[in-house]
Amino acid sequence: MTALVLLDHEDGRIKQAALSAVTAATQFGDVHVLVTGERSVAETAAKISGVTKVLHAADALYAHEMAEPLAALLVSLAGSYDQILASASAVGKNVLPRAAALLDVQPVPDVVRIVDADTFVRPIYAGNALATVKSSDSKKILTVRSSAFDAAPAEGGSAAIEEVAAVENPNVSEFVAVHLSASERPELDSARVVVSGGRGLLSEEKFRILEPLADTLGAAIGASRAAVDSGFVSNEYQVGQTGKIVAPELYIAFGISGAIQHLAGMKDSRVIVAVNKDPEAPIFQVADYGIVGDLFEIVPELTEKLK
Amino acid sequence: MSEAERESMSFDVVIVGGGPAGLAAAIRLRQLSPQTSVCLIEKGSEIGAHIVSGAVIEPRALSELLPDWKERGAPLNTPVATEDMLFLTETRSFRVPALDKFMPHMANHGNYIVSLGEVCRWLASQAEELGVEIYPGFAASEVLIENNRVVGVATGDMGITRDGKQGPNYQPGMELRATYTLFAEGCRGSLTKQVMQHYDLRKGVDPQTYGLGIKEVWEVPPEKHRPGLVQHSFGWPMDDNTYGGAWLYHFGENLVSYGFVIGLDYSNTWLSPFDEMQRVKQHPAFRKHLEGGRRISYGARALSEGGLQAIPRLTFPGGALTGDSAGFLNVPKIKGTHTAMKSGMLAAEALVDAMSTERVEPASYVQLIKESWLWDELKSVRNIRPAFARFGMKKGAVYSAIDAMLLKGRAPWTLHFRHQDNEELLAASLCEKPAYPKPDGKLTFDRLSSVFLSNTNHEEDQPVHLRVKNQGLWRTVNWDVFHSPESRYCPAGVYEVVNETSEPALHINAQNCVHCKTCDIKDPAQNIDWTVPEGSGGPNYPAGM
Amino acid sequence: MKIVVPIKRVVDYNIKPRVKPDGSGVETTGVKMSMNPFDEIAVEEAVRLKEKGVATEVVVVSVGVQQAQDTLRTAMAMGADRAVLVLSEESPEPLAVAKVLKVIVAKEDPGLVILGKQAIDDDMNATGQMLAGLLGWGQGTFAGNVEVADGKVKVSREIDGGTEDVSLVLPAIVTADLRLNEPRYASLPNIMKAKKKPLETLNVADLGVDTTRRLTIVSVAEPAERKAGIKVETVSELVEKLRNEAKVI
Repeated sequence: MTALVLLDHEDGRIKQAALSAVTAATQFGDVHVLVTGERSVAETAAKISGVTKVLHAADALYAHEMAEPLAALLVSLAGSYDQILASASAVGKNVLPRAAALLDVQPVPDVVRIVDADTFVRPIYAGNALATVKSSDSKKILTVRSSAFDAAPAEGGSAAIEEVAAVENPNVSEFVAVHLSASERPELDSARVVVSGGRGLLSEEKFRILEPLADTLGAAIGASRAAVDSGFVSNEYQVGQTGKIVAPELYIAFGISGAIQHLAGMKDSRVIVAVNKDPEAPIFQVADYGIVGDLFEIVPELTEKLK
Repeated sequence: MSEAERESMSFDVVIVGGGPAGLAAAIRLRQLSPQTSVCLIEKGSEIGAHIVSGAVIEPRALSELLPDWKERGAPLNTPVATEDMLFLTETRSFRVPALDKFMPHMANHGNYIVSLGEVCRWLASQAEELGVEIYPGFAASEVLIENNRVVGVATGDMGITRDGKQGPNYQPGMELRATYTLFAEGCRGSLTKQVMQHYDLRKGVDPQTYGLGIKEVWEVPPEKHRPGLVQHSFGWPMDDNTYGGAWLYHFGENLVSYGFVIGLDYSNTWLSPFDEMQRVKQHPAFRKHLEGGRRISYGARALSEGGLQAIPRLTFPGGALTGDSAGFLNVPKIKGTHTAMKSGMLAAEALVDAMSTERVEPASYVQLIKESWLWDELKSVRNIRPAFARFGMKKGAVYSAIDAMLLKGRAPWTLHFRHQDNEELLAASLCEKPAYPKPDGKLTFDRLSSVFLSNTNHEEDQPVHLRVKNQGLWRTVNWDVFHSPESRYCPAGVYEVVNETSEPALHINAQNCVHCKTCDIKDPAQNIDWTVPEGSGGPNYPAGM
Repeated sequence: MKIVVPIKRVVDYNIKPRVKPDGSGVETTGVKMSMNPFDEIAVEEAVRLKEKGVATEVVVVSVGVQQAQDTLRTAMAMGADRAVLVLSEESPEPLAVAKVLKVIVAKEDPGLVILGKQAIDDDMNATGQMLAGLLGWGQGTFAGNVEVADGKVKVSREIDGGTEDVSLVLPAIVTADLRLNEPRYASLPNIMKAKKKPLETLNVADLGVDTTRRLTIVSVAEPAERKAGIKVETVSELVEKLRNEAKVI
């Protein structure tokens, strides 16, 4: 069996999440990848461990990974593949379902485990349950969660690169512009790292102690409801049951006791760090790493050590 | 403020509250007078969202209202099969023998264990079939009184921000005008309270006394499930002066209802009803039923325990009080659903009568109540709860057995309640602190993880609906004298003391409120006013509650 | 221009989903159901476009069980003009829904179809894209802003790390993300008025589309509970662990 992975990239750099999709695809058999953009992207892709062929769609039509032309291209290539995968990123989620509809396939999004060639595990109800589903489609179309599969090593492969020609553009859409929030802090709900504070931060002024740390880590800032209620930060920072649900790679909780209402908003983070002066705080029950101590000493020290 | 812009609609009858009383009244109204327009509003996000009860219900009123309830699919599926009353010591339990003789009011033969929320949802579907207009998610926040007559209610404005301004999603409330308005808000209704004050309805009756019921629903392994089993307990861990006990009912599909009711006339300011409820679970008599199961829901609600002596004047110009808003709960029986429904049905009859004669006050309601089994029932048990309050639990139990067996409820005297529940608390320095065990996360839990299971939510950006009238009083009374009893009696962790060691202050987590109304009842200085939050806020109790 | 807004009835977002003991799914009986929150945003956007004079009519559509008519009534109370209920099994698959919607679109001939980006029950995030594919229309998914002008719709899309603006030829598909707007309350007077708005009921079997499920649920389980990790003594130790053990920095 051969799987095709749509590798999404940004400014010529293949995204980490896409490498996880390669790892997932290797569970089916041979892995081919499809990339758009410059030749250099294809060359980078050829080195990914486990990839045996790179399909390179150089046409400018695909440069911005727009769903309409890209799905048409995937459909034209689909015949030779048993599985089509992408990471569950903005691109993957935009393109793959469209291609699936054109192929009369029900896609399986957000796969976290491949049980066998037909059976997949995926979270439903915002991760509150895990569904094991069996697909009867002859072709499988999946997006995979990067947190569930290790990234394939970027080096070690030497795949052949094959240029693929553009197919007819549906001509219904046009790329206008992209605005990446490079300098500002990342959005709370999509940040890779979240630094979060609770009532232990004591005041609006003292809460700012988290800012240099967040800047150092390129992290978003979050807060518990107690911190929001106490007026330290506005409620758009709130993480939890009634605030935002986040699942970053790293979540660092300072002075947050860890009531279940807060945990509901961050328990799916890959790594949780808790700093609290109360060794009995429930947050430690979910933290991978905990430090019992005074956050006003720990935060500056941590900031310094991470610079 | 918004009266000029808010819309208005007129009905023959508006009913405030979608519990058993309000729904039974609505159904009866349309049965008796199909052309009468009936509008029922409910502050919960759906009918049943705010309903908490044990519940073992007596189907008497239901059978009168809808005799073919079985055929109509009423969710009364678990008849009571076995019944035990246990007296608990810390480690042992003693079964009260010949229960039907000593405590005949407790006998549950012919009764059903139900989820009252489900029963209400079903009643609502029956009411809608009969043409009642039901609008859940809208909280009546204002009684409309014109020329000293209640002419309806207004729903609260939506989209008011925390600081009281009109937010971007502001929607003015609506006036629901009616010839007659029925208040069926349940115990300690916030509008009922206003109506009682305005018309001085409590003049000459005993102060109402209350209980707080806290409930969990568990799902247990099938091999442990004994559908129809009813178990009540008294004794440990309550002292002799504190009225309280636990229940445990096996019902539905592998469900167990467990809960604890405590009289809110308790005096120890350190007492925490929530923690009492958690620790009774650890008693072998309860633990064995729940171990190996998982807790799926949680809720709490105050109930009226004053009985006959505390029932206020029931009517006023333009309307009437029904159900537990009036206090029609049979305390020794620990049942109020059948009485609530009956009172709603009788109120409906009175309204139809008043409509035909164009009377302002549906006064025949009182007569109908007094001629009904509801009155006989409450009259026969009227001395039992006050006896416990006066003589303590053990002697109270003896009194109640004598009252039931020898006097058959026809004692020539009536015992009275003398004080309001909020007056009973003793200063912190005079009370002993109970030692509550730490929750283990398996059988016993803390408040916040409990509230989590009630699916409680309120729009965050709205004024705090728990109004502390005089902020200064909290420090001098609640903190200095009683050491913040609200942080213990509130079963939802709404009240929290911050800066305890330096500058103690009360922090109100209004978001957590499960609408039990205990703070409105028990605050020592009556300084906390429970008002309705934005409609559809509060718990979202699922099926099973 | 007419706007069609497909909406779904789902377990209310306030309810903590509970996996059934037999692992066959998530408990939905006796559980409060509401309009999918992303669909509320879609309805709001459509109603705002009508209020701005861009759209002339807003039609809401739901594919599901009879009770979905309550959800459609809520949408009409928010300002939609009429509703179509396509009766089917509960929670049909996106592919089937997209096929049904294609038939409805052919009948209604809208200039824009606005959907929620995903339903909060099955979290599929697919119906809008699939409908766009079946119709051959442009898709402005995960929309944070929508502007209609000169026969086109300009959509600002929420993508990883920023936004992307695309321009689509009308008719087109838009799927709503969280930041698109804050939906209004369905006010009580409007709920009362919505009772009188037209609601057409169709049967999925009469539409001539194949709605056979492609995915069968083998089992549903609760995710494993997180376990407590370790306590470290110093900040240096923490940094070391994060770098070399967890590899997150």
